[in-house]
Amino acid sequence: MVESAIVVKDLTKSYGNFFAVKGVSFEVVSGEIFALLGANGAGKTTTLEILEGHRKRTSGDVTVLGYDPEKKDQNMTTRVGIVLQETGIEPYLKVQEVLKQFSGFYNNPRNINEVIDATGLNEQINTPVRKLSGGQRRRVDVALGLIGDPDLIFLDEPTTGFDPSARRDAWTMISNLKSLGKTVILTTHYMDEAEYLSDRIALMVNGKIERIGTTRELINSESNTTIEFTLPDTNKSLPETINKTAEIKGNLVSIITDSPTGILGEITHWAIENSLELNDLAVRRSSLEDLFLKVVGSEDSVI
Amino acid sequence: MKQLKLALRQIKYENTAFWRNPPAAFFTFIFPLIFLVLFNAIFGDDEIPIENGVVSGSNFYIPSILALSVISASYTNLAMTLTDSRDSGILKKIRGTPLSPWAFMVGKILFTTFVSLLLVVIVLICGVLFYNVSLPNDSLIVFITALLIGTITFSCLGIAITTVIRNADAAPAIVNASILPLFFISDIFIPQTLAPQWIKTLADIFPVKPFVVTLQSSFNPFDTRVVFETQDLATMGIWFLVGLIISLRYFSWEPRR
Repeated sequence: MVESAIVVKDLTKSYGNFFAVKGVSFEVVSGEIFALLGANGAGKTTTLEILEGHRKRTSGDVTVLGYDPEKKDQNMTTRVGIVLQETGIEPYLKVQEVLKQFSGFYNNPRNINEVIDATGLNEQINTPVRKLSGGQRRRVDVALGLIGDPDLIFLDEPTTGFDPSARRDAWTMISNLKSLGKTVILTTHYMDEAEYLSDRIALMVNGKIERIGTTRELINSESNTTIEFTLPDTNKSLPETINKTAEIKGNLVSIITDSPTGILGEITHWAIENSLELNDLAVRRSSLEDLFLKVVGSEDSVI
Repeated sequence: MKQLKLALRQIKYENTAFWRNPPAAFFTFIFPLIFLVLFNAIFGDDEIPIENGVVSGSNFYIPSILALSVISASYTNLAMTLTDSRDSGILKKIRGTPLSPWAFMVGKILFTTFVSLLLVVIVLICGVLFYNVSLPNDSLIVFITALLIGTITFSCLGIAITTVIRNADAAPAIVNASILPLFFISDIFIPQTLAPQWIKTLADIFPVKPFVVTLQSSFNPFDTRVVFETQDLATMGIWFLVGLIISLRYFSWEPRR
């Protein structure tokens, strides 16, 4: 049997009449990287903060490492590392001092130098936090999340505001956590981040989980091949079957389908018959983004 | 046990951060010392009427400035730094670690006590060296007890006031508006023997006057009492409880937006 690090059942959270989370259920298996993916305001952070113990739920059952996070049991908090969305670190302490301070809070902290290496802060150890750049500060945040050598790590939008190379570094670091046997739950609104990092993804829209599974399962849950081409300059109209399923933006035609072979045959046949060239013709596996836009679009999302 | 150790350990980090933050250190230390020098320069040689006799200006102002020092180190300083830490998300981050909330607060209050006592020592040394004030030998225990009770009460009130401060920008206004008028009516800036009765009555409701009066009695050659007056102790005790209850119930670890 697989052990569950997190079990969430029928979780809701309301602020007055507004429901930020509307009945969410999922499990996070020990040792996996699990991503909550969604637009701003989808309820990702609220869900995460309930799991962290920062927020009280309105209804539903939640266990984290076997504990109810609302009770803030120290057996739980000492095994959990939290990286919040916004940084809050004593500005007048130096990086090394803050790490030392926090390491003392935990029962079995990690070696400080090891954490400094893992987060690439070697050159900043004697810099006061207030003098760090935004990206460096974020690394200190992550370092503070790791210092207690947690079994479970919460990462709320870990790479927002990072430049591309810093993001790659962060991804490598998060992947390393998995290889150390840690469980990671993260929120992100970057499709590539969720796709690259996570074993499983929960796609949240308007406080609900619309899809859950591996990237492949998610993509396969919808028609999974996308055919695109630029509409030729002609007065001939597209074949009827194509016209029905295609989405046309400007002169870019895209068709998402389960049966790419037939569709492709029909289009090329139509083009050859009319002596037209299909510029930019591409056949590709649908991406997470295609799915995301489709699911979010169909929900008429409110942000 | 581990949490108590952590509370003591927090003092070290509070201390390091405090001295690296020039405005906080300035307001806490320089501010009372400026008042000390000014009041003594202006009124030091005057004879000031108090309830049961006449004392020199310095004998009046040294205990007043001591009270001012303790209040600005505890009430003002805690209210400002806690609001700042709350707004910048420091408190929220701490709340997600195994450090217990009370250990964090105890660490803060112990550091505040340390700063208060340090200021008291500085002010007393100035008083002895430059203003010819003698130390309260006879009532040293009352004096020290009063200082500790004052520090704890005003720390607690400093934590409590943060519950009505919306954000760090509003902190100085609210903190000063709540404490400065009390300085004027509670024997800190001006001796109250000259004030009308209703001012005296009003001042008796608040915790500043009982604190000041107790410190003054330690320096008053005519005052024979060496114990806390029950009423003063009761007033401070009630304010301590009020502060404690408000803090326990309404204190926020998260930024308010």
